[in-house]
Amino acid sequence: MPGVDTSNSEKARSFVIDDKEKGIFLLDREALVSEEVLRAEVSNIFSKCWIYVGHGSELKKNGDFQTRKVAGRPVIFVRDAKGEVRCFFNTCRHRGAMVCTERQGNLRRFNCVYHGWIYNNDGKLARVPGDEAYMDSFDTTGLGLKSPARFEQYRDFWFMCLDADVESLADYLGKATDYIDLVIDQSPSGKMEVLHGTQEYDVQANWKLMVENSVDDYHLPTTHSTWLNFMANSGVVVEPPKDKDLVLPTRGFAFDLGNGHFTTDNVNFRGRPVAAWIPLYGENAKPEMTAIREELVTRLGADRARRVADTNRNLVIFPNLVINDGSSVTIRTFYPDGPAKMHVTAWALGPVEESEEARARRLDAFLTFYGPGGFATPDDVEALELVQQGLANWSDDRWSEMSRGMGREGEQLNSDEHHLRTFWRHWNKMIAGAQS
Amino acid sequence: MNAPANVLANVQVTRAEVEDFFYREAALLDEWKLKEWEELLTDDATYYVPPNDDLEGSYKNTLYIISDDRERIRQRVIRVLDPNCHAEYPKSRTCRLITNVRILNVEGDLVTATANFVVYRYRRYQREFSYVGTYRFILRKTGDSFLIKERRVFLHAHELGKLGSVSFIL
Repeated sequence: MPGVDTSNSEKARSFVIDDKEKGIFLLDREALVSEEVLRAEVSNIFSKCWIYVGHGSELKKNGDFQTRKVAGRPVIFVRDAKGEVRCFFNTCRHRGAMVCTERQGNLRRFNCVYHGWIYNNDGKLARVPGDEAYMDSFDTTGLGLKSPARFEQYRDFWFMCLDADVESLADYLGKATDYIDLVIDQSPSGKMEVLHGTQEYDVQANWKLMVENSVDDYHLPTTHSTWLNFMANSGVVVEPPKDKDLVLPTRGFAFDLGNGHFTTDNVNFRGRPVAAWIPLYGENAKPEMTAIREELVTRLGADRARRVADTNRNLVIFPNLVINDGSSVTIRTFYPDGPAKMHVTAWALGPVEESEEARARRLDAFLTFYGPGGFATPDDVEALELVQQGLANWSDDRWSEMSRGMGREGEQLNSDEHHLRTFWRHWNKMIAGAQS
Repeated sequence: MNAPANVLANVQVTRAEVEDFFYREAALLDEWKLKEWEELLTDDATYYVPPNDDLEGSYKNTLYIISDDRERIRQRVIRVLDPNCHAEYPKSRTCRLITNVRILNVEGDLVTATANFVVYRYRRYQREFSYVGTYRFILRKTGDSFLIKERRVFLHAHELGKLGSVSFIL
């Protein structure tokens, strides 16, 4: 690309060409294939940003724990004996072994199988076998399980940060909290819970392609034509777009929420388990869904109820948390395993007071679209893997074209690439900063 | 004590018959003869793949990988045979090895049988996936063969991750 310094010199380099005058936005494909870029991401993004750990509802009773990898780090997410939610590195302070090997459960203590050091579920070191071999000055109080530098929650969504100097989680989330609140407003008590059952699928593609894909409404008619066909076969009338600037039946928008967060905000056409009935849910569901909608109107007023029931949104919390509030509600997070591979984990989220029937409907609606056996996600995975395979030519075909909607004044459409550019601009600032 | 008159006498069934049926189904799936495969299902057939971290949870309150009623199975077949099902186009090649066939229970004309399986799945560019698990079917004996009333597939991996999508009929 003429006029662009693509050398790996010591000065800051940019991975994007962002020419507002010409309405051109290009992404350097090296960002999607490079080991060096991944190293910069680990140090400047995953070690500096707030990263989603889990939801408080996954720890119902004192002593409940979940082990998982967060930003590549094995951690224990646990509710201690006093009910406090905590996060520890799953690493023995003695010689480094993981101290909890179960995926989930309830424990008062974590025992290291190697030399038998034992920790309470509040992280305190409780027992060192043969402690008479240590000098009197040996102090176990400083040898509890270590925690990430920061661990905070917003409405029971818990995040960790490896950088002690980071701003508070609330400040970091900023305007994104409005959209988290909108998702939670489905629940009369304001409490949502993660449901049993975890979906996991590896994708042989760069993790940032999942960020793009999670909010990219431009791809829906082509990548998901079999899903649209299924919807039509199930009695959902999907009208062709009426305005020529649209690719979906209804007008939807994309919003930059600051700090690299962004969301789509769409008028729903696909049904919502919270109170937008489609034939797929069955006639029997109608009375209950009408009642759910009435409760929303009573509690929230007509306008807010309409926002909850008749709009859907795919929200990205930078860098790697996606909340899809569409065919159902998903929490999705992903982490790179090399530049061309990621691990994806997804959960379903629902109101705590939901009836058995509504819960079953929510889960069924989830599977119509999402997950490794869903009617849409496998085709997303395929599309992302096709991108990664195509990128083998990156050095000779260097730039991805992401200018869609650049010339649009005012409102930005969900099917434009405005929100993807929001991500890439923020990402570029953090990575270019690393190399300057 | 005599059984109540309204309870069917248990059908006679041999392991060899059940084994033959598993093999026949596997061949149809491996050959992508999904319309013929559908003829092996009862009108109220279901197809379940529970999540790897909660194999015995109910689909009504647990997020499954797949939880299909008969209509959803019909739609799944339409989808995967469509060339626009990108995850299965070009079609994966699969090869199913089925073994350890056991009859667990016979009640009237319903036979609960299990089998262990390995499904090797090959995609373009030499990508290989091995799905290791157990089938647990509820079969209805009909004349000299069976129909599948419930088709439950347990995957044995601790995590599904590296298996990727389950975009074919497992």
